[in-house]
Amino acid sequence: MTKLPWFRIVAGIVLAAVALALPYFNDPDINTVFAQVMYLAIAAMGLNLLTGFNGQISIGHGAFFGIGAFTSAILVVDHGWPIEATIPVAALISAGVGVVVGFPALRVKGLYLALITLGLAVLFPRVVEKFVEGPGGVPLLQPTRLQVSSTISSMADDIYRYYVVLLVMALLYFLAWNLLRSRAGRAMIAVRDQEVAASTVGVNVAGVKISTFALSAAYAGVAGSLSVLVDRAANAANPLLYFQRSIEFLIAVVIGGTATIAGPLLGSMLLVAIRRRTSDTEAMAPALLGGALIVVVYVLPDGIVGGYLRLKAYVLKRRAAPPAPPPSANDVPNPTPSTPSPT
Amino acid sequence: MGLFIDQFFNGIGTGVVYASVALALVIIYRTTGLLNFAQGEMALFSTFVTWWFTDQGLGIVPALLVSIVLSFIAGGLIERIIIRPVEGPTKNPLSVVIITLGMFLAINALAALIFIKPGQEALQMPLLFPSGDVPGIGIQKAIVGRAAVLAIECLLLWILLQKTKIGLSLRAVASNPESAKLVGINPGAMLMLGWALAAALGAVAGTLAASRGTGAFDTSLMQQVLVFSFAAAALGGFDSPLGAVVGGLIVGVADSLTIQYVGFLDGIELAVPFALILIVLLVRPNGLFGRNIVERV
Repeated sequence: MTKLPWFRIVAGIVLAAVALALPYFNDPDINTVFAQVMYLAIAAMGLNLLTGFNGQISIGHGAFFGIGAFTSAILVVDHGWPIEATIPVAALISAGVGVVVGFPALRVKGLYLALITLGLAVLFPRVVEKFVEGPGGVPLLQPTRLQVSSTISSMADDIYRYYVVLLVMALLYFLAWNLLRSRAGRAMIAVRDQEVAASTVGVNVAGVKISTFALSAAYAGVAGSLSVLVDRAANAANPLLYFQRSIEFLIAVVIGGTATIAGPLLGSMLLVAIRRRTSDTEAMAPALLGGALIVVVYVLPDGIVGGYLRLKAYVLKRRAAPPAPPPSANDVPNPTPSTPSPT
Repeated sequence: MGLFIDQFFNGIGTGVVYASVALALVIIYRTTGLLNFAQGEMALFSTFVTWWFTDQGLGIVPALLVSIVLSFIAGGLIERIIIRPVEGPTKNPLSVVIITLGMFLAINALAALIFIKPGQEALQMPLLFPSGDVPGIGIQKAIVGRAAVLAIECLLLWILLQKTKIGLSLRAVASNPESAKLVGINPGAMLMLGWALAAALGAVAGTLAASRGTGAFDTSLMQQVLVFSFAAAALGGFDSPLGAVVGGLIVGVADSLTIQYVGFLDGIELAVPFALILIVLLVRPNGLFGRNIVERV
């Protein structure tokens, strides 16, 4: 008989209740920050699917984020779409570009793939600059306040946006969580761990790699689309912005915990917190971020979640150790730090 | 036709910078198997150091030499202190990417903090070479000078790698660290040397990149260069120094001719190296001069 994990169920309900109640206890500004954390977390989750679970390194996800943002902004500003309806379109277009960029991933891997995606991130804003012209000739599109306002009359704009982003994030995290426990998810992990071995047991390596790339790009695209809703702008005026975004996603994944479900969200929270702390010293922020990144790789190579799992395993082992007879198989935690299971 | 030739030599002039950075990337790749995403920013920092010495009244050539020496030392220290803990075949390549990206952000920001005063937009680097054409052949002096710098660089590097005992040890570590260790070579020292050489090459490349046109430069100087140099290194093959130089020159010329003749790419010249990287990696993943590596399962 399986025991229901009561603790997890209760903790989940409490967490959900807190997440739902949170916007009513905070200022609009803070709610916007929460929404920013969540769309960052969506993009980071997408990157985590690719890098953490499939072993392909991308530092070009900022470009997919940008594609999503500009898809939504163009549809809203030039064609009058409601912004909520643009989210699936942004996801599809990003996924399409993801397939195109994913093809080289079949031939090249590891650092070389990082190289291609680096080119993408640097190229993207320049392409936008050339083909998108906002007011004043700047590649900046801003929907009107009305276009991104609440569609539920009894709800304030910031709370409405918070809920939209929360809903999308919950859906996408649930999707990722289920995907990873499915046949497709196991194939992704098998390709990461041992490509040749995976192909010998019938995994379609090329198919898995490309579809993971597309899915991951779609996550980033949705995040970009939501960023237009939250920040009311799609901006390519700073040519390095989307490269910095790419690095942010990577930081969120690494700080939170590569190849974990909760990691990207925790990493995003921490990242935004750091960013807000250091925002008054603008030049220092990237220096601190870069330094923090290096330190994290040394101190917590598997991120917050990985560190927590190691700590838990250590404590359980200490607790299990004193009695002389070896503990029964059920009591022994089974941490596998090298291939952390989805948590 | 005159225009074509002008553009061709302009391309060589910029290609020299790409070739230098690509050489640095290749040296690091050969000794440690890593792509150094921070290479451009390391070069940027060295460029600021060169500028600082010229600002103190030193001539640009001695300033560059001092900067090369300092970069050499700093490069070795970076390898020893920052890179060493995460490098090696058993380590996760993601950690290294993260570390070099962290260095990318940190070095860029530090350079701005240390050298640029608040409110200042760009710095002014004195020009290395006089303006005007070389009499008789109608090529700018600067381009001839830059090509000469690259040639000297290659010659020194070739002598070091092929004609000295240290170079032999360096190549031994690059080809097989385990066996190299068995014959008494200290691989750690060689890795440090590799990074030191790369940093020194970066100092030359950065200064060359800044010291052209009006000589104005800021902290974004090397970011585009880095992408072009990656293209150059990919084109030539990541384990071939000769390939890096040829690749750098090809990328420079291709870029310059595209700007001149392909109007719709105006403003997005970066598409050229990007396309080059893609094509090379798809058609010939080991580059023009690279060796094929057989993977053992």
